[in-house]
Amino acid sequence: MENIEQRVKKIVAEQLGVNESEIKNESSFVDDLGADSLDTVELVMALEEEFECEIPDDEAEKITSVQQAIDYVSAHLKK
Amino acid sequence: MIYALIAGTGSYLPGQPVSNSDLVARGIDTSDEWVVERTGIRARHLAEAGTTASDLAHQASLRAIEAAGVAVDEIDLIIVATSTPDFIFPSTATLLQSKLGIRNSGAAFDVQAVCSGFAYALSIAEKFIRSGSHSKALVVGAEIFSRILDWSDRGTCVLFGDGAGAVILEASDKPGILASAIHADGSYNPILCVPGSVAGGAVTGDPFLRMDGQAVFKFAVKVLGEVAGEVLGQAGISAAEVNWLIPHQANIRIIQATAKRLGIPMEQVVTTVAEHGNTSAASIPLALDLAIRDGRVRRGDKIVLEGVGGGFTWGAVLLEY
Repeated sequence: MENIEQRVKKIVAEQLGVNESEIKNESSFVDDLGADSLDTVELVMALEEEFECEIPDDEAEKITSVQQAIDYVSAHLKK
Repeated sequence: MIYALIAGTGSYLPGQPVSNSDLVARGIDTSDEWVVERTGIRARHLAEAGTTASDLAHQASLRAIEAAGVAVDEIDLIIVATSTPDFIFPSTATLLQSKLGIRNSGAAFDVQAVCSGFAYALSIAEKFIRSGSHSKALVVGAEIFSRILDWSDRGTCVLFGDGAGAVILEASDKPGILASAIHADGSYNPILCVPGSVAGGAVTGDPFLRMDGQAVFKFAVKVLGEVAGEVLGQAGISAAEVNWLIPHQANIRIIQATAKRLGIPMEQVVTTVAEHGNTSAASIPLALDLAIRDGRVRRGDKIVLEGVGGGFTWGAVLLEY
């Protein structure tokens, strides 16, 4: 089983069409990985599906980097 | 067993296409690149002052009636899906009945489900036909959204266009519509609305379209995937057996995300959003008519039509053309 970090990076790579090797933990979706506002919405939806959770809109707005996504999932993943 | 079969289609777009660059020239603070990148929209049609939803509906209906080869007096049910009716009352459907010269005392009424309106109207018409109460329905989506756009709001005014599409749905011993589903969740009403009303001779509230684009995007992608799955499940048909997906044309990114979720390749998705913009309830019948007339959609093809819009409302119809 892959860990959360690997699973998040895999989703980011697929949704934003970038190479996994280019994705760093500190990468910002918009500034570093070329995402626009709709890409970030799709990314959040993909995270919700992968980790079977619901991310409320006000929480989703705060997820702007790979690390923030990893942190959110780690804190909210069903144990 | 009585089925409801699409006997013919027609559509109508007012005037010449208005490009993104044309809007910039009219003083809208946007760019072709921004609009195309986020929406896939390159142009839309805008009705001239004085043209009404029933005028557009009339033109689209004449073409559908001709394609179906029916006499107007045989039409015993008219349902017009619109959120931009000619008047507060009477309904656009009765005005259309009058313009078509139909005086057979058939039923005529409007359906208000915004961008899901056509899916709602088609689903309703099917139930009337299957019950045996009516045998030839004219189902229309007709909109003039340009009248309710705030042209100083560049986030919304570039998205919409005017137009109409129509189908003749008739009783048949062969399918036909195979399954339909319509839904609503009113708790989402604030994310897409025109929150105004007429009282005492003036508009109270806001007479312009307001939208939370990101919230709408997320909701739309979710329910369009779900409701397509629902009608396929009702009919026991897999997504792989679907020849064409014709979704509401709001935004190419919503359409792409929906097709991906359903596993339907974009080559089997009819898209008109680039040329028409979002024509609300008119977008599905406009796209269907285009794909029938250009030969893509053929008799026997299995098609999923689906829409989502303000309310929120959403719905889908699975049919064999």
